[in-house]
Amino acid sequence: MDVTFQFDWAAAFRSIPYLLPGIPWTLMISFGGLAIGFFIGILFGLLRISRVRWLRWPAIFYVEVFRGTPILVQVLFIFYGLPQLLGSPINALVAGIAAIAINSGAYISEIVRGGVQSIERGQREASLSLGLSRSQAFRYVIWPQAFRRMIPPLGNQGIISIKDTSLFSVIGVGELVRQGQIYIATTFTALEVYFMVALMYLAITWTLSILLRQLERRGLVGQ
Amino acid sequence: MNNATQPIVRMQKLNKHFGSLHVLNNIDLEIIPGEVVVVIGASGSGKSTLIRCINGLEEFQSGSLDVDGNELLPNGKSGKALQTIRTEVGMVFQQFNLFPHLSVIDNITLAPMKVRGWNRKDSEDTAQRLLTRVGISDQAYKYPSQLSGGQQQRVALARALAMEPRLMLFDEPTSALDPEMIGEVLDAMRELAKEGMTMVIVTHEMGFAREVADRVIFIHKGEITEQGPPEQLFDAPQHERTRSFLARVLKH
Repeated sequence: MDVTFQFDWAAAFRSIPYLLPGIPWTLMISFGGLAIGFFIGILFGLLRISRVRWLRWPAIFYVEVFRGTPILVQVLFIFYGLPQLLGSPINALVAGIAAIAINSGAYISEIVRGGVQSIERGQREASLSLGLSRSQAFRYVIWPQAFRRMIPPLGNQGIISIKDTSLFSVIGVGELVRQGQIYIATTFTALEVYFMVALMYLAITWTLSILLRQLERRGLVGQ
Repeated sequence: MNNATQPIVRMQKLNKHFGSLHVLNNIDLEIIPGEVVVVIGASGSGKSTLIRCINGLEEFQSGSLDVDGNELLPNGKSGKALQTIRTEVGMVFQQFNLFPHLSVIDNITLAPMKVRGWNRKDSEDTAQRLLTRVGISDQAYKYPSQLSGGQQQRVALARALAMEPRLMLFDEPTSALDPEMIGEVLDAMRELAKEGMTMVIVTHEMGFAREVADRVIFIHKGEITEQGPPEQLFDAPQHERTRSFLARVLKH
């Protein structure tokens, strides 16, 4: 039996114009979701370290629930489950953004908490001893340092979330994987197309990595 | 109105517990303006805790504490008085605790601008003057990590002085320094003492204590065992515990 399979570069390149329209969707879901997730993360991360117990409790609950369940289940729940409750369908893009937001928000909460708690106690004590209020100490001394330490794990989370959007092909939103699937259905060139899809993810995540490295390098001044 | 002989710190029957540990036991202490008080004692004796109570970094459970007319209440219930005290009382820490994300000059101007509401120009002029005074005027635009330990501690001193405190607390200011840098920090403190600053200093530098202190306090297990002028406490200690402590620390 002679099974030689040639990688068909021509087929790979031919797929590009069909895949490209998926990129804005992938970006929209990732960055839309991450932007909201960032605010959720700051809010719940800070609640998590609040001195008030009844503020801490909901933050712990939120993190445990959304970190402890698969994002695929979360998006299916939002897209197929919630409409039953609401009585009206939910837009697939909205569902995707919401899933990334609540999922990344849970992880970012922990990043924020870890970042703030990693700042030495002496920084707060020095601030307070100079007469700064607790909120001034946080704003001018603790947070700027904590944020710098948060950049690498935040970048990590960003990359994870971008890749997570590939799961949303299941709700029919026209992101990269979905575009690839549609194209393959007519051309049967799975090898070449998924290879190109993978390259496009890599192009996005790589760009983000480079940007983050630059941000980190600038932030390192004075550390 | 404060007149010169009225104490700036008045501590009465102060008690502090850490769980079952009695860290400070019925401390009575008065400090008058201009006085330089050195607190000595073994590690774990409560000497750092004592000075950290004065600016509310540690809470106490009973007793009374008045700092420059502001009363601190037990169990951290002081509210606004605490804020006022902290603007009037400066502190230098063992680990310097400079803000690593800010340049030297920004370290110094932060509190005057945010707490006192001074403008940037005035704050920076003051900062430059203080840096000159502690001998590092050429380091204003560096970051703390670019300085030696001795320089960092002198910046920390300048930072505290920028708030124009009426009282300065020093919590083992030279303990984290390499031996060759201890002198430069002690020199800066010596200058400050000469200028009449009220100072409470926790230190293991006995030579320095003897030289600058008006009064030396020996603390043992959370109690003031003995206090007096340095010559009396070092040369003719009254208590056996003081004697054995001094014998241990003066040997090397």
